[in-house]
Amino acid sequence: MKFACDEEQSLLADSVRRLLAHDYGFEARREIVTSTTGYSASVWKAFADLGLLGLGIVLEHGGFGGGALACAPVLEAFGEALVVEPYLATVTAAQLVARGGTTAQRETILPRVVEGTLRLAFAQTEPGARYDLAEVSTLARASGGGYVIDGQKCAIVHGSCADLLVVSARTSGQVRDPTGISLFLIDPRANGVTMRSSRTLDGLRIADLSLAGVQVAAEALVGSAGSALPLIESVVDYATALLCAEAVGAIASANAATLDYLKTRRQFGAPIGSFQALQHRMVDMVISHEQVKSMAWLACTSVDSERDEVKRKRMVSAAKVKVAEAARHVSQESVQLHGGMGMSDELKISHTFRRLTMIAQLCGDANHHLERFTHSKR
Amino acid sequence: MDLDYSPDELAFRDLVRTWLRANLPADLRDKVTHYRSLVRDDYLRWQRILAAKGWVAPAWPTEWGGTGWSIMQRHIFEEECGYAGAPPIVPFGLLMCGPVLIKFGSAAQKQHFLPRIYRGDDFWCQGYSEPGSGSDLASLRMAAVRKGDHYVLNGQKIWTTFAHMADWIFCLVRTGAESDRRQDGISFLLVDMKSPGITVRPLVLMDGGHEVNEVFFDEVKVPVANRVHEEGKGWTVAKYLLGHERTNTARLGTSMREFETLKAYAARQRKDGRPLSDDPRFCDQVARLEIELLALSITNLRFLEAIISGRSNGAEASILKIKGTEIQQTLTELMMQAAGPSMQAIASADDTAAADDITGALARRYCNYRKTTIYAGSNEIQRNIIAKQMLGLPS
Repeated sequence: MKFACDEEQSLLADSVRRLLAHDYGFEARREIVTSTTGYSASVWKAFADLGLLGLGIVLEHGGFGGGALACAPVLEAFGEALVVEPYLATVTAAQLVARGGTTAQRETILPRVVEGTLRLAFAQTEPGARYDLAEVSTLARASGGGYVIDGQKCAIVHGSCADLLVVSARTSGQVRDPTGISLFLIDPRANGVTMRSSRTLDGLRIADLSLAGVQVAAEALVGSAGSALPLIESVVDYATALLCAEAVGAIASANAATLDYLKTRRQFGAPIGSFQALQHRMVDMVISHEQVKSMAWLACTSVDSERDEVKRKRMVSAAKVKVAEAARHVSQESVQLHGGMGMSDELKISHTFRRLTMIAQLCGDANHHLERFTHSKR
Repeated sequence: MDLDYSPDELAFRDLVRTWLRANLPADLRDKVTHYRSLVRDDYLRWQRILAAKGWVAPAWPTEWGGTGWSIMQRHIFEEECGYAGAPPIVPFGLLMCGPVLIKFGSAAQKQHFLPRIYRGDDFWCQGYSEPGSGSDLASLRMAAVRKGDHYVLNGQKIWTTFAHMADWIFCLVRTGAESDRRQDGISFLLVDMKSPGITVRPLVLMDGGHEVNEVFFDEVKVPVANRVHEEGKGWTVAKYLLGHERTNTARLGTSMREFETLKAYAARQRKDGRPLSDDPRFCDQVARLEIELLALSITNLRFLEAIISGRSNGAEASILKIKGTEIQQTLTELMMQAAGPSMQAIASADDTAAADDITGALARRYCNYRKTTIYAGSNEIQRNIIAKQMLGLPS
């Protein structure tokens, strides 16, 4: 069976759901969201204990060596429970190190990620760059055997709680050149680093980063200089695939809540779910969910096993177009069918709405991916 | 999509593909791919080629000529036939009446009718809808009164596809009074179209084509031996048959071929001195359609896997019908739009003069395909089914 989880994955997903049911209920989540750090150290440790942080890391660094498909059931469970922990941020940045880093970088960083003692974030986006991964103007000049880095990064998901940042910067070429982009490991406490953190609509944290004459050693360079774009693209596709899997869970949660509401809320002497106008809208939400399940599978299997880079990009983009549209459709309809209650901060559905709204735009919105789907050519 | 098939399945697909390349007559393929009307002999010729190969009724039990293929192989076969441009299988005999007889027919009915259906000796049509009974099929009124060894039929059927080509019709008729359950008192009869008292009147559709008809029954005598299953149990038969009617409605093979036709056609049209296929707005529409096709292909395979492994939620066929027909309609719409002002001139339905130009067929086809979301249980009825069966919403 290609599409269903294998037994090991099902057991893991069950464990994650049990953990979340116990430690990540609506009120517990609300406390985490409003806490100073915006994440829960104890939940993070529980993730590490379950092995979730090493799912995509090879065995020799303490992980399980799985791909996006292996991780997808976990993200699905996170989507259902609206987990705000810096999981996607950390595993995405860890993939940059795992796929592009030197042996020394992998050996020092990855085992600590797996055991839950090192959180990472990827500082890529720059003001005005939107979703263009080649639009990097942050500058890294070679100096004294290392580099001096200057520039601005923005919209770094969970940047403020990261122990280590992976930052893209230009070592040669002009803005939007596909070549000349490099990746650096930067300690957020280093001289010249300023981070400004804010909360997101969906309860996460996001940071803007200013780099002013930040000095790093030559060993901070991830991989070789000037050739990081293909690596960045493949890892952002990986993150996109995982985000699609999270959408599967969030949409499932929105649909379950809405269906339940349709069956219990009574007006005009009948459950509102007996009205055909609402039934058909509910059915269309269910169809959206089925299509998203298909597309999340497509994205995950493509980032795991598609060797043709152009085809991988097209498939991930196709998936994200569909996921973005379904996220918008289901989130809007679920609030509408909940009536006034759907607007309330006290109901989970309004939080699911907010997360789905963000998912639609994260890692590229529908227009961005429609364009990439159309124009990715060999 | 190669991505989703196992090596065995790919080998099977290649086997089917190779056979189709060698055995699908070019004139039939051209009629299909150029959107010209097929006549009775076109359908029957293709059916007999398949029957000679042993592939005309893959889903039937092997004792009646089925192939013994897995669900996956059947799916691949159907997709490949559609993709290759084979004439569609006329469903009424092979996909509807045949499975009904296998499930409910008497030994004599099976012996007589199944081989004839298999070989294409008889052309069948379906007598379900009536003027007052469309989506609400159980309200049907056509009367069948028992007189000795016969039923005497009086009434009317409508939207009867290919009645003008057919030798036989299977009908839902009312043999008993409407009781509390309207579904009671309905019976399933096999009727010879040559019976005295049957009149077929064409219903020409807005595309100018003749596919459907009204069929009038005036004192038509039908032997009781032609009743399938018990008297008054016709609704059970009808429900079983509707399940069959909805297994191949995603029609992805055909849609994949037409998508390629659309892309090639758009590349030949000009806009601002450049191929229309370079126009960003047109590109977006085509890309969205391609993404829908991708999503439905995978959804289709996921559903097959769920059915094979017993995890069906009962709504799969309805979802495939809804999304499949939406894609079919979008294809015809984009094709018509791609033709630009040339879409206004229509070629007659059986015009063979402009052999290589499909332009004259596109507007007709757009009109004709509005039927897809209406027939075989309208898409609204499909939503009712999902709401009730899968979601358990109250009525």
